[in-house]
Amino acid sequence: MKALQVSRKVARLGIARMVSALSPAAAARIGPIELVNIDPPAPLGEGWHTVTTRLSGICGSDLSTIEGHASTYFDDWVSFPFTPGHEVLGNLTDGTRVVIEPVLGHAARGFPLPFPGAAPGDGDDYAHLALPPLEPGIQTGFCHSTGGGWSTSFLAHESQLHHVPDEMSDETAVMIEPAAGGIHSALLCWPALVGVENPIVAVLGAGTMGLCAIAGLRRYVPGVKILVGARYPHQQALARSLGADIVVAPDELQRAVRREVGCHVVGDYLTGGTHATIDAVGNSKSIESCLRITKPRGRIVLMGMPSEVSVDLTGLWHRETHIVGSYTYGTETMPDGSRRRTFDLAIDTVAACDMARMVSATYPLDDYEDAIAHAASAGRRGAVKVVFDLRSTKEKH
Amino acid sequence: MPRPGFVLEVDRNTPPIMFWRGENFSLEKLPAGRSRVIYAPEPEKALDDIDGAIRHALLNPYDHDPLPALLFPGMKLTIAFDDVSLPLPPMRRPDIRQRVIEAVLDLAADAGVDDVHIIAALALHRRMTEAELRHAVGDRVYDAFAPRGLLYQHDAEDPEALEYIGATPQGEDVEINKRAANSDLLVYVNINLVAMDGGWKSTATGLSSYKSLQHHHNPKTMEASRSFMDQHKSELHKSNWRMGKVLVDSGVKVFQVETTMNTDTFPKPFDFLSKREWEWNAKDRATFVGVSAALKRTPTRMARNIFHGIEAPHQMTSVQAGEVGAVHKITTENVYRQQLVEVQGQTDILTMGIPYICPYNVNSIMNPILVMCMGLGYLFNMYRGMPLVREGGVVIMTHPTPWDFNPVHHPSYIDFFEQVLAETTDPYVMSQKYEKSFAEDEWYKHLYRTGNAYHGVHPFYMWYWGSHGMQHCSRVIIVGGNVKAVRRLGFTPASTMDDAFEIASDVVGNTPTISHIHAPPLMVCDVK
Repeated sequence: MKALQVSRKVARLGIARMVSALSPAAAARIGPIELVNIDPPAPLGEGWHTVTTRLSGICGSDLSTIEGHASTYFDDWVSFPFTPGHEVLGNLTDGTRVVIEPVLGHAARGFPLPFPGAAPGDGDDYAHLALPPLEPGIQTGFCHSTGGGWSTSFLAHESQLHHVPDEMSDETAVMIEPAAGGIHSALLCWPALVGVENPIVAVLGAGTMGLCAIAGLRRYVPGVKILVGARYPHQQALARSLGADIVVAPDELQRAVRREVGCHVVGDYLTGGTHATIDAVGNSKSIESCLRITKPRGRIVLMGMPSEVSVDLTGLWHRETHIVGSYTYGTETMPDGSRRRTFDLAIDTVAACDMARMVSATYPLDDYEDAIAHAASAGRRGAVKVVFDLRSTKEKH
Repeated sequence: MPRPGFVLEVDRNTPPIMFWRGENFSLEKLPAGRSRVIYAPEPEKALDDIDGAIRHALLNPYDHDPLPALLFPGMKLTIAFDDVSLPLPPMRRPDIRQRVIEAVLDLAADAGVDDVHIIAALALHRRMTEAELRHAVGDRVYDAFAPRGLLYQHDAEDPEALEYIGATPQGEDVEINKRAANSDLLVYVNINLVAMDGGWKSTATGLSSYKSLQHHHNPKTMEASRSFMDQHKSELHKSNWRMGKVLVDSGVKVFQVETTMNTDTFPKPFDFLSKREWEWNAKDRATFVGVSAALKRTPTRMARNIFHGIEAPHQMTSVQAGEVGAVHKITTENVYRQQLVEVQGQTDILTMGIPYICPYNVNSIMNPILVMCMGLGYLFNMYRGMPLVREGGVVIMTHPTPWDFNPVHHPSYIDFFEQVLAETTDPYVMSQKYEKSFAEDEWYKHLYRTGNAYHGVHPFYMWYWGSHGMQHCSRVIIVGGNVKAVRRLGFTPASTMDDAFEIASDVVGNTPTISHIHAPPLMVCDVK
């Protein structure tokens, strides 16, 4: 079958890292990814299903891996060679349309659940992600044993499967996974907003994940005022349509927050700031910006995958800022105290927010270099989400 | 005898005309047969004995007792003076204000007055730096008063330093500096650069607060002032006069000292900027070519420093003192004598080169809001009778209009540009929706009171200043400006003057008549 595969080729990763800034397409060509014909993954036993890919999105974390920017932290949490693709809509062998909750959780790996009814992403011990019987892999798309969505087919455990409503389009459904990530980040803000009369949350960055976080905030965090720093006009328009109250250019966000909060500026920092800030970019500059605009004892939700950063943390120390990572999803505690699965919330959200409009381009696997280049420069090119489309017969072989 | 102002009808032999473009200039060929260029009168001769004239004015005031008769031991004397926004460019030392203040202090000393405060009448402008204060009042006055806290700057946000005087019949609140209000005598030292300066505007505006200012610094008043330079048709003037009556009725005693200046604006080697192009000699042409070429290669910051380092040779042409109204009547006549140019009728297009400086960016950046204010607020309003451009006509400005702000001087301008103008350019809408929040913003107040920042509400006032121009013209085009910044202003960008005429043709046709106001030097066009 046809698959894009990432191998552990250190030299290629290094070169890809160097050229990616100049040419994402060249990085894809030179880097550790290649289009191969391979055998489908070996069956993994009871509870596992073969999923035939229909659409599979290209995520920022995929790009980091391909371009050699991902942290070495992941070296022991993934297994090479692997087929990327964790934002996946596919068919089971009986034709049922499913989306994958890609975290390879306790159930998939044969470990006891951390609590009854736990989602794949739940739990406070990640041993299962790296221990047999499966090879290491934090998610489908990073695990050699299961394969991933950038291929004709792959394996998914029944604990990962979510049936897609018949009336939902493929383009809407492929947005469920990123929407779940955004909603999870939005709900991670909630502890900083409890009891606050007029909560203010800023979202820095309005790519796919930032936009999904905005949607999550608007739908599931009551009464919140949302300020967004979005670079491109189409991102700004989408941010507004998804419920942002104030949308400005990223370098205007600090002043917009100050105006809204009514605080002062001392040095580079606001004296007050947002109650919570979601960093949907994930680099040194964005983290620094978040520290500057989040009020003392406020919360920063780090949604963008940061890798190595260089940040002066004196402000964090002085302001007792809480920084929390936001990785994937699981079981959420809602503002009203109820418990919901993030994916269930996401399925509702993509339909209600018409998130199919965020799918900007589809590519066959054969054109992966163009697809990756497009995704890497999505903002500049007026795009949001770029996906591989494997629905045609040609793509199956 | 200096030559009066002049209106040049452009023909085929007319050389290209110089247009200011911020910290540079360009030569533009205007269409022959339907363009005219309006030049300011040449500088009047300055007074021979300035100090003598000042002393004479203080001793021989209009409708007022001589100053010595008003001074007595134990009295509270306050001297207020115009701030850094005047004159433009800043004048060579000694500044007029220094000369007048020293003369007043001499008389006060003779009378045994020892309770003297000297106050920079900032209104909501930025606080002056020590260097700027020293330049205005002189080192002797500064060193004698500032260290003891007796020379300071009006603080329109200090409730302890303000006094509510009353309201006009129209309900306009009058609140001014408490020390000035409670003094036995307030001597106001003015520089009257243009016809709207001075009079009751000095005290009722310069020493007042937002509470007072909002009654005339608003879109309705500004739009109805036609123009600011014509007292009889200026609602701004009328409001200030009403407030002045409240001050008089409440017992505030004002001794007004007003001065006028000639139009000797630029020193060598920039003096060619004041000349008429066809009178440029070989040296002028060479200087123009050399300076403009050099400026093109000069970093903007350096070019800005060069220009803001210019100290003008302009000098005093008259000084009169006494009762505010009586003094201002003569002052206005003197301003008109120097600046008035008779012009016949309106044209379809008004062109203007926006220079590097306006009252609100001394030693600072001419940001896009100030470009708008300088064009539509000031140069457009330099008329008496009717605007140079017909209603529904087009204004074309030349300026680089950088998306650039001085964060120390203009912090609220940045927010205004990013937040308010991104949503609306309508003065009425923004005044209703945003003005109060900017005016009451504690951060802006802090910067205004302790730093060198214009008050939070100031960018709104700059925008309102152009209300009449915006309402009158159907299109405003900026040639050579930052495209994004120009669009944010709600105007149309153009690369060249020809492009601008092409764009304007949608509104005024292919053969529009054109007026170019060749300022600075400043002038008031008496449009018949």
